[in-house]
Amino acid sequence: MPMTITEKILARAAGKTSIRAGDLINAKIDMIMCHDVTTPPAITMLKEHGIDNVFDPEKIVVTPDHFQPAKDIKSAELHKRLDQWAKEKKIRYYYKLGRAGVCHALLPEQGHIRPGEVIVGGDSHTCTYGAFGAFSTGIGSTDLAAAIATGILWFKVPASMKFVLTGSLPKGVYSKDVILEVIRRIGTDGALYRAMEFTGPALKEMSMEARMTITNMAIEAGGKNGIIGFDETTKAYLNGRLKGKTEYTVFESDPDARYVHEDTVDCSKLEPIVAFPHLPSGGRPISQCAGKVMDQAYIGSCTNGRIEDLRIAAEILKDTEVRIRTIVVPATPEIWKQALDEGLAEIFYEAGCVVSAPTCGACLGGFMGILAEGERCISTTNRNFVGRMGHPRSEVYLASPAIAAASAIEGKLADPRKYL
Amino acid sequence: MAKAHVYQRDHVNTDEIIPARYLNTDDTAELAKHCMEDLDAEFVKKCGAGDVIVCGDDFGCGSSREHAVWAIQGARVGAVIAHSFARIFYRNCINCGFYPIELAGAIDKINDGDELDIDYEAGTIDNKSQGKTIQFTPLPDFALEIIHDGGLLEHIKKK
Repeated sequence: MPMTITEKILARAAGKTSIRAGDLINAKIDMIMCHDVTTPPAITMLKEHGIDNVFDPEKIVVTPDHFQPAKDIKSAELHKRLDQWAKEKKIRYYYKLGRAGVCHALLPEQGHIRPGEVIVGGDSHTCTYGAFGAFSTGIGSTDLAAAIATGILWFKVPASMKFVLTGSLPKGVYSKDVILEVIRRIGTDGALYRAMEFTGPALKEMSMEARMTITNMAIEAGGKNGIIGFDETTKAYLNGRLKGKTEYTVFESDPDARYVHEDTVDCSKLEPIVAFPHLPSGGRPISQCAGKVMDQAYIGSCTNGRIEDLRIAAEILKDTEVRIRTIVVPATPEIWKQALDEGLAEIFYEAGCVVSAPTCGACLGGFMGILAEGERCISTTNRNFVGRMGHPRSEVYLASPAIAAASAIEGKLADPRKYL
Repeated sequence: MAKAHVYQRDHVNTDEIIPARYLNTDDTAELAKHCMEDLDAEFVKKCGAGDVIVCGDDFGCGSSREHAVWAIQGARVGAVIAHSFARIFYRNCINCGFYPIELAGAIDKINDGDELDIDYEAGTIDNKSQGKTIQFTPLPDFALEIIHDGGLLEHIKKK
């Protein structure tokens, strides 16, 4: 029976030769991502239930990121609980302050993501890792506790949707614009319970960083996972980077696999897009919305806080001055160091931006750039829900690092193409 | 008797159910104080024990934070009825032993303030205010087992 890449990975994890969408399976988990908001409650649950077992301390990666460095006493208590547990359970890959970073940027960068594996994490954007040809999905604290203890979780095999990306991205248009266009088309529940498989020639021209921006936002369309097949770019990224096990299995969709929805995005026809509040599906071409006044620009997060994103922003911000508060957040310590070494940090400083330590920070309204009532932020993050970055009557506009940088210069939504 | 709190909205998200500014704790009582705060700041004051939230499509979209379910449970909400639920939230509900009721057209069949009596076994909602009985599809057996056991961890322990 023909299968999609998602079905093949789940079949392997369930010890079956063939499965189909809708099947309920018990899948073996290959990797678990733990951070500071959802893991501490899982730890407490396990303690309260007298469950002491950790299924495999080599297959768990721990990094505080949401409120790190601790923003207040309560979050410090969460970090303390995480720290004590990670040490007590001898978690092999525990990234402490100074090495910790935004989880979905850190795990691939540090070589913890392998193609063909089943990866879960206590965070909805865990779907990011699908860029490597893995099945990866976000779970809550109870599932996390169960996965930590048993290494097994039940899944309903999702039906797959196929998005074929054709054409080349024009100047000033990036993978962020592609995924905002997809979400604009299908809505924030257009992929509910489904796998979003991305394929097509346009992907061949995209780096792993750019691909991760696409799979990162699968959840913003309600998707269970986002997935991109393995190719030479994947192989080159993984080469010499993987920690622990270095072998992996590559799966690909059969040509006659079944999809419940197929759509093509001609990337050459796209223009830079801004998703208006209060849903990620609110995408509008920049030509139709330039000029809207902003109060803040935020460049960072698991969506667009990688080195490539900072390079794009720096190219636009070089030798200019920002008109609004502009916060740049390298997603990991390595990215932070690279930004320093490549002179990007200096460009940001000269332009009047602040460069923060790696953290999820203001993306989820934690700290480091919270909005006051009525304020608007152009942001490279993934959600623009009510109150997402601060006051319930503040507004978040989602876009690429290029739009965020151009808008920072003008103090209003701006087309980045004139700066490139 | 449970009172319905109807929000004529799709995509009520986890940031509205429990804003991230309160995620520095996992204390249910503390989270409950802020349940639905960014959607309806008066919700906690209005909600009586066992009351029901009624919404449109895609309830609970966004974050994987189970804090959203804990806030709802802590606020003594008896049930959430929605046209559809976001995937992670739906799964979190079952894992916490909380029954998510999927009901097409819920916001048209139930008015704000209606008195409801829910029979989970039979899959019926008795709308006392309108004198009508509404059917819903009960959860599949494996999910019901988890809920009956009081959540996933109790279920695993029992096994």
